[in-house]
Amino acid sequence: MSIVVDRLSHTYHPNTPLETRALRDITFELQRGAWMSVVGHTGSGKSTLVQHLNGLLIPQSGSVVVDGMEVREKSPHLRAVRRKVGLVFQYPEQQLFAESVLEEVAFAPRNWGVPEAEIPGLVQSSLALVGLDGQYLERSPFHLSGGEKRKVAIASVLASAPEYLVLDEPTAGLDSFSRKELVDLLTALKEKGYGILLVTHDLDIALQASDAILILNRGEQVVRDTPRRVIEHLRGDHIPGLSLPDIVTLSAELHDRTGTVPVTWDWRVLAQAIGEMKR
Amino acid sequence: MKFLDNLTFGQYVPSESPIHHLDPRCKIACVLVLLTSIFMVRHTTSFIGWGLLLLVVTSFSRLPLRLVVKTAKPVLILALFTASIHIFFTKGTPVFSLGIITVTREGLRMAAFTALRLLFLVLFASFLTLTTKPMELADGLERLFSPLTRFGFPAHELAMMMTIALRFIPTLLDETDRIMKAQLARGAYFDKGSLWKRLKAFLPVLIPLFIIVFQRAEDLSTAMEARCYRGGKGRTRMHPLTWRTSDTIALLGLSLVTALLLIADRTLLP
Ligand SMILES: Nc1ncnc2c1ncn2[C@@H]1O[C@H](COP(=O)(O)OP(=O)(O)OP(=O)(O)O)[C@@H](O)[C@H]1O
Ligand SMILES: [Mg+2]
Repeated sequence: MSIVVDRLSHTYHPNTPLETRALRDITFELQRGAWMSVVGHTGSGKSTLVQHLNGLLIPQSGSVVVDGMEVREKSPHLRAVRRKVGLVFQYPEQQLFAESVLEEVAFAPRNWGVPEAEIPGLVQSSLALVGLDGQYLERSPFHLSGGEKRKVAIASVLASAPEYLVLDEPTAGLDSFSRKELVDLLTALKEKGYGILLVTHDLDIALQASDAILILNRGEQVVRDTPRRVIEHLRGDHIPGLSLPDIVTLSAELHDRTGTVPVTWDWRVLAQAIGEMKR
Repeated sequence: MKFLDNLTFGQYVPSESPIHHLDPRCKIACVLVLLTSIFMVRHTTSFIGWGLLLLVVTSFSRLPLRLVVKTAKPVLILALFTASIHIFFTKGTPVFSLGIITVTREGLRMAAFTALRLLFLVLFASFLTLTTKPMELADGLERLFSPLTRFGFPAHELAMMMTIALRFIPTLLDETDRIMKAQLARGAYFDKGSLWKRLKAFLPVLIPLFIIVFQRAEDLSTAMEARCYRGGKGRTRMHPLTWRTSDTIALLGLSLVTALLLIADRTLLP
């Protein structure tokens, strides 16, 4: 059970003067219960890529297959794919429209034709997943704080009961506490068996949380590998618009000088190694 | 699937062409000359000449003809509609009849004439927006109308409003597209059911759009005030418009050609 993307390419406004090549030959597989991060500079094609995963954009060449269902124009499976792959857009709080949180979160399941009797329970459990309790149900989504709005928006996608969750820069504009909360939430969802695809600028989060990282540069796939191998690649080959987290640079420098400190993105590992060095 | 993907009527298409480099005031004047002349055409056959002129202008603009024609597509429907009214409701020598409907020779001629006139009007007018940046267009209009400020005509304010509106159209289309996609991802339908149902399905798009628009408008006015915007008086420009010899040549040349076409229309044709 996985999303399989094979040699996917996309060009906006083909054959016009505004032609822009946004993606070129992207290939990867995302399993359920796994976390992959997509990292790249602005305009590298991340948003274009994620819109292909649930059929909002149809592959111009190459293919996207979700649990055996190919995403094609007029495919009878298109809605099934959309339901399986929950997509949280950049600044999802901007899509809120209902008069109460309850109505907002109920929007998706109603669209999918979930019986009305099951909806309150589904709404409650989706809100619980993002850490919001019943007191929010009757409040207006417009009067919540930025972080709470974002949680409601994510809950409204979870309410479709998707099997994969694709998030386009969900941490943009959040403070570091909410950011950590969100990463923990996604990790918990991953353990529950969701396939997570996270688009982010933040290499730090990608390194700490993902099983695999895909790096995009001007629409092309530079590497797709485990965090450890991606670090090795990035140390050898600088990619414009991407800088390694300070802790990686520091530990790499120490590694080169001492030979005992490992290259790492985890401050605990680094602290441990430095502590042992002193002894 | 991109929902608002087609090049829309009135969109600017960048290119390095002599026409793109003309002063916007020159282009506005040229379009006025063209439009009034087309209204003065009397014979359907003269449109052959205007068609040739259109090809010449297109080649000068270095835009593909296909693109120019594509922008006029929405008007084509209107042209067909007016043409069919003329075909069915003009009295004269019958060509053939079907039940109560009689098609006359005069009707066919009128239909061709009005459809062609409308089409050429739109095609020539579309060059103005295809080859002129919206900001330049607003600038040109402001300068053309500035003599009227003495009589209390708000030339600067109108141009500024137009600039802002034009500036926001692409952004609005992008936002609409983005919100529609976001709601589709949550299972919304936009293309099924009765008219009432479709209108209702649009609420989840319209409400967020309104909120974004008002937010943007407020941000913009704050940003403008923060940078001491206080109307047109004493404001200097980054790119002052300059009328060059090439503009004079273009305007005179075009006027000459249209005059010749009109003279041919009046004298050579019966
Ligand atoms: N609707 C569109 N029409 C035309 N070009 C587009 C459109 N959307 C994106 N592009 C172009 O495609 C390229 C990739 O854009 P995309 O939005 O996928 O980048 P991104 O990696 O998500 O960037 P960001 O980090 O800024 O969100 C860019 O060059 C962009 O200008
Ligand atoms: Mg993006």
